[in-house]
Amino acid sequence: MEVLLPQTLAEALATKAALPDAVPIAGGTDLMVELNFDRRRPAVLIDICRLPELREWRKDDGTLFLGAGVTYSRIVRDLPEFTPLVQAARSVGSPQIRNRGTVGGNLGTGSPAGDALPVLAAYDAEVVLAKTGARTRTLPWHQFLLGPKKTALAPDELILGTRWRITRGPGSFSKIGPRNAMVIAVASLCLVLDEASRTIRVALGSVGPTILRAPDAEAMGARALADAGGWDDPLAPVPIKVAEDFGARVAAAAQPIDDVRGTAAYRRHACAVLAQRALRWALDDRMRASGGGPRC
Amino acid sequence: MLIRTQVNGEWKTAEVWPGASLLYMLREHLGLPGSKNACEQGECGSCSVWLDGELVCACLVLAAQAHGREVRTVEGLATPEALHPVQEAFLETGAVQCGFCTPGLIVAVTHLLAQVPAPTDATIREALSGNLCRCTGYAKILDAVHLAADRMRTTPR
Repeated sequence: MEVLLPQTLAEALATKAALPDAVPIAGGTDLMVELNFDRRRPAVLIDICRLPELREWRKDDGTLFLGAGVTYSRIVRDLPEFTPLVQAARSVGSPQIRNRGTVGGNLGTGSPAGDALPVLAAYDAEVVLAKTGARTRTLPWHQFLLGPKKTALAPDELILGTRWRITRGPGSFSKIGPRNAMVIAVASLCLVLDEASRTIRVALGSVGPTILRAPDAEAMGARALADAGGWDDPLAPVPIKVAEDFGARVAAAAQPIDDVRGTAAYRRHACAVLAQRALRWALDDRMRASGGGPRC
Repeated sequence: MLIRTQVNGEWKTAEVWPGASLLYMLREHLGLPGSKNACEQGECGSCSVWLDGELVCACLVLAAQAHGREVRTVEGLATPEALHPVQEAFLETGAVQCGFCTPGLIVAVTHLLAQVPAPTDATIREALSGNLCRCTGYAKILDAVHLAADRMRTTPR
C-alpha cells in the first residue's frame, strides 16, 4: 500500500491518469472506516486535502461553484445564505465529522443517505469532473448519481466540485433520525422554492436507491400556488388541503425499503410529513419576508 | 512510509504503514496513548485531537494526511506543574467515571471554551455531540464544563 501526497490538481490528475485504481481520500469519514475495519485495502491512496483548487468556492455570474474539498464546517461558516445547504451541513455527524467531511465525499461515495445530496438535487446542481489533458466535463446530478454507491465518475477523473444557479426564494432541509447528531438519515428532504422560474423542487434522501425528485408533487405545488395567486402575492392564502396533497404526492415518489434504520412504511410516511412541513415553512417564510405573519 | 508531524509543539518522525490512521501513529509509534482507540469510525470522539487547530477524530485521519501538519493532543494540555483547568474541573465535579471517554471530552471541551467562553447547556450539548460517554455521566460532564468556563473566565491562562 502506498499514499501519494500531490500538492496541485494537475499533479493529482496526472497520478489518477497513470494509476486509475488509486483511491482519493479527503475527510476520510467513509474511507478510513473501511481501512480501520479491514474492509478495503486500496493499493494506492491519493490525499486530495492539499489541493487548493478543491478547497475554494466562488460566485460567478449567478452561479455558485462549491469545491469538492470544502468541509461542512466551512459551508456553515461561509455560505449562510444557502439555507437548505447549511441546514444539511449542520445535520452531518458531529463537529469533528463536519470539520473533515466534504460535499465531494458525499458525491464520491454516492450513498442515498448523503446529507448534502438532496440539496444538490433540489438546486438542480451539476457535478464538475476533471481529468488530465482534457477540459472539465459537467454532468447533471442525476446523471452522476446512478445508484447506491454508484456514480458516473470515470477511473481517471476527480470530482472538482459542484455548481448550481443561485435561486431566489425560501427553502429547507430536514432529516429524520433517532437523535440530533451522529445520525445517518432514515429519510431526508430538501425543498427549494424558486421565485424566478415559479417552480417548487423537492428531493428525497435515504428513501430510494439514489436521490429522488418528486416531479408530480413539484408540478402540483407550483400549480396550486398559481391558482391561489401566491406567486404574485405571497400573502395570498393557500388552502390547507394543498400541503396535504403535496405531502401525499411526495410520499408517492419515494421508493423506500425496509432496513436496519427503518421500515419502508415509516419512511414513506416520514416523506409525507417532511414535505408538508417544508411547504408550509416555505410559504410562511415568503409571507414573513413580505411583511405578513405566519398563518398558524 | 516516513511521516513527519509537529506534535504538541515538537517535530516527530515515524515510519508507519501507509494505511495507518493518525490515531495509530500517535498511540503506537509516538508513545502518546492519551487519545483513546474505541470505535474507529468517528462515532465516539474518544480520539479527538487538533489537526492544524481543527477538532478532528484522529481515527478518521490517515497518518500520511498529517505529514507536515500540526497536531495537538490531550497530552499537550497539562504542564509539569499543573493540570489544565478543564482537567481540574472534570476531576472536581466527578465527571470521570471509567475514564475512557475523558481525554476526548477534555480536548473537545477545551476547544469549545476557546471559542465560547460562557456556553449555554444547549451549546455544550451540541459541541459535545460527537463525544460518547458509555457510563452516561453527562450531567457531571456538563457541570465540569460550566466550572471550567467560570474559572477560565476569571483566571485566563
